[in-house]
Amino acid sequence: MFTLSGVRSSKLTLAAMLVSGLAALVGCGEKKDSAAPAGNTGGSTATTPAPEGATFKVGHYASLTGSEATFGVSTDNGIKLAVEEQNAAGGVKGKKVELITYDNQGKPQESVTAVTRLIQQDKVLAVLGEVASSRSLAGGPVCQRLGVPMISPSSTNPDVTAVGDMISRVCFIDPFQGYVGAKFVAENLKKTKGATLYNRAQAYSSGLNTNFKEAFAKLGGTVVDEQAYSDGDNDFSAQLSAIKAKGAEFIYVPGYYTEVVNIAKQARKLGLNVPLIGGDGWDSEELKNAGDALNGCYFSNHYSHEDPRPEVQEFVKKYQAKFGKVPDGLAALGYDAAKILFDAAARAQSMSGKDLAAAINATKDYQAITGKITIDANRNAQKDAVVLELVNGVPKYAATIPAPKN
Amino acid sequence: MSKLFEETRSLKAPVWGVIPRAAWPLVVAIAIGALIYFGVSPLVGGFVSKVMLIVGINIVLAVSLNIVNGYTGQFSMGHAGFMAVGGYVAAGIVYYGSIKLWGSADPAGGILSIVQEGPKSGPLLGKGDFLFVISCLIGGLVAAGAGYVVGLPSLRLRGDYLAIVTLGFGEIVRVILQGSHDQIQPWKAADAAAMPVYELAWKLGGPKGFNLVPTYTTLFWVYFWAVLTCIAAYRLKSSSSGRAFLSIREDEVAAQAMGVDLTKYKVRAFVFSSFFAGVAGGLYALDIGAISAGDLNFIKSFDIIIMVVLGGLGSISGAVLAAVILSILPEALRDFQSYRLIVYALLLIVIMIVRPQGLFGVREVWDLKIFKRRGGGLGGSAGGAP
Repeated sequence: MFTLSGVRSSKLTLAAMLVSGLAALVGCGEKKDSAAPAGNTGGSTATTPAPEGATFKVGHYASLTGSEATFGVSTDNGIKLAVEEQNAAGGVKGKKVELITYDNQGKPQESVTAVTRLIQQDKVLAVLGEVASSRSLAGGPVCQRLGVPMISPSSTNPDVTAVGDMISRVCFIDPFQGYVGAKFVAENLKKTKGATLYNRAQAYSSGLNTNFKEAFAKLGGTVVDEQAYSDGDNDFSAQLSAIKAKGAEFIYVPGYYTEVVNIAKQARKLGLNVPLIGGDGWDSEELKNAGDALNGCYFSNHYSHEDPRPEVQEFVKKYQAKFGKVPDGLAALGYDAAKILFDAAARAQSMSGKDLAAAINATKDYQAITGKITIDANRNAQKDAVVLELVNGVPKYAATIPAPKN
Repeated sequence: MSKLFEETRSLKAPVWGVIPRAAWPLVVAIAIGALIYFGVSPLVGGFVSKVMLIVGINIVLAVSLNIVNGYTGQFSMGHAGFMAVGGYVAAGIVYYGSIKLWGSADPAGGILSIVQEGPKSGPLLGKGDFLFVISCLIGGLVAAGAGYVVGLPSLRLRGDYLAIVTLGFGEIVRVILQGSHDQIQPWKAADAAAMPVYELAWKLGGPKGFNLVPTYTTLFWVYFWAVLTCIAAYRLKSSSSGRAFLSIREDEVAAQAMGVDLTKYKVRAFVFSSFFAGVAGGLYALDIGAISAGDLNFIKSFDIIIMVVLGGLGSISGAVLAAVILSILPEALRDFQSYRLIVYALLLIVIMIVRPQGLFGVREVWDLKIFKRRGGGLGGSAGGAP
């Protein structure tokens, strides 16, 4: 009996292995038809490498699946639009741009393999990605080691570009938003006395709080009270009462939208009718839940689709025509990252990683959708931020705060 | 048992006679690691090497989880938590250790840990390698300690309840690590060097993750540990502890009636398993050069559980084969684009319908008809259940 089951099981094992092997083969075969969404037939790369330099190959790694899929898809759409425009305008130095996008399921380890594959198998000349800092920090060292430039569209952790001279980004870093908030309050709202209310358990929130206080003090304002809460708190009335007693003219709330809704409602209930000011953590449709409690409140962000500049309006129109929805901040940043890469490639002395990275890092006053971008010595983007005003939970463009001159 | 004697006999052959039985796994592990690193890796190129590296780490994870979920029949969903513990400890030791000992967080490894391709030069082992090896060991030991602490109160539970507790453990680890303080970055190395060790120990980056760690993990180290894990798991299976594990899996009441101390053996299985999970965490963190607690959540635990179930609960070679297949599959399916994970899931479903007991069931690859010279039992080649 044992022998019998042994034979059966070994046959079935083989069958199972065959199924998976077959699937792998199908996977390889499929490559020839469906790979390479833009540009020439990417299929031939599987067996015979395309002649060196026939196209300008750009790699993109993003979370197209997983819990943060919307981030990756938005960014990828933005990049696709930029590639399409570039090809319509003749490509880069006469070569068509070919975009290869790989999914990383939102995992750092898959980011490493995806980037390795982009560089070593597909021989891309530059890499775009990632949204999340933890994934950029996984893919970045690979690009640095293999000497291929990488531009992160929207990783805000300062460590990302510290990996090395191949890594740059087109978004501002967290500390800058504290400055933007302070500048807007002091110069546009003309307030001098305020309070802060932040999440002490969150690096983003406590970091912004510190940066805001420093910047506001430099601009001549005083922070009369500083209150904190922790992850999962829902009742902020104690902190808000304390702030009310100190007579603050505004409250800086660098938290996430989930907390902001409750804070606004509870403040209005206490009769505390001062404006709340926040950062890009507010950027969500959920703010509608606060109703009119958030009217007259402001937050800083990367971009507004209502920005009256013609290039922004043109981008919004094209994006809407192609993808059927209003581009969010991530799409705009993806578009900008790709555009800055093409701009740098046109200026670069050669297509080697070193020259390309040098050209990217030399980007100066590039007029992008998300503001005028200059890559600084730390390879971070010096750029403008926009401030949005909330009207019944819907953000409206209010002002642009330029990057500080230093 | 017959196989055990056979093995002992073969060890007495003159060639092997000089190597004590205890050193045997080390010799094999070093030989296979070196073969893959120096022999195979240059032939297949960078990308395939990278995939092989992930395969190796997954082998360590799957084979070690198999000790709890396969041998002992418990259902742990906290393997990624142990991995996170080991990973953070190893990354912390390597990063702050480098700064404390030689003032900079740049890699300081020898030939065995040079990540770049191309000709390698220098000594076989650099000062950084010793730190790396020690850090992985300590990471494993701390994870094993965590396994012990978690095990004592929780392993009196069984089935679904145990699964929930281990799931909770993983989440607790994640939340605690995300509450750690900001990392001291490489360009502030002087500050870190002046700080006492107990203060540095909690500066693990919090929600931003622990980043910019020098990388030492190469195919040599990964396969060194993968082979060690497999040999340890194999020997464990045929030891008296291993037979106690298997008896707990078959019937807890009967095992207890035969004098098996359930809690003791369950905790023991957890300690063994979490040690290797911790080592794998160290290899993972020092391969990527960054570790973030948010990424080692229960979804990662499920990935490992799938490998064990697919391979066959209790089968070492099954876990190895499943780790190989499931690590390669996502790369092979890459060109399905966003349908990739649907195809991946479909394949898993098909395999589980065809082979509900996993690829190998409880057997090993050498129990298959083609390799077999004599009959084996339910518990694999070791003679299995008493």
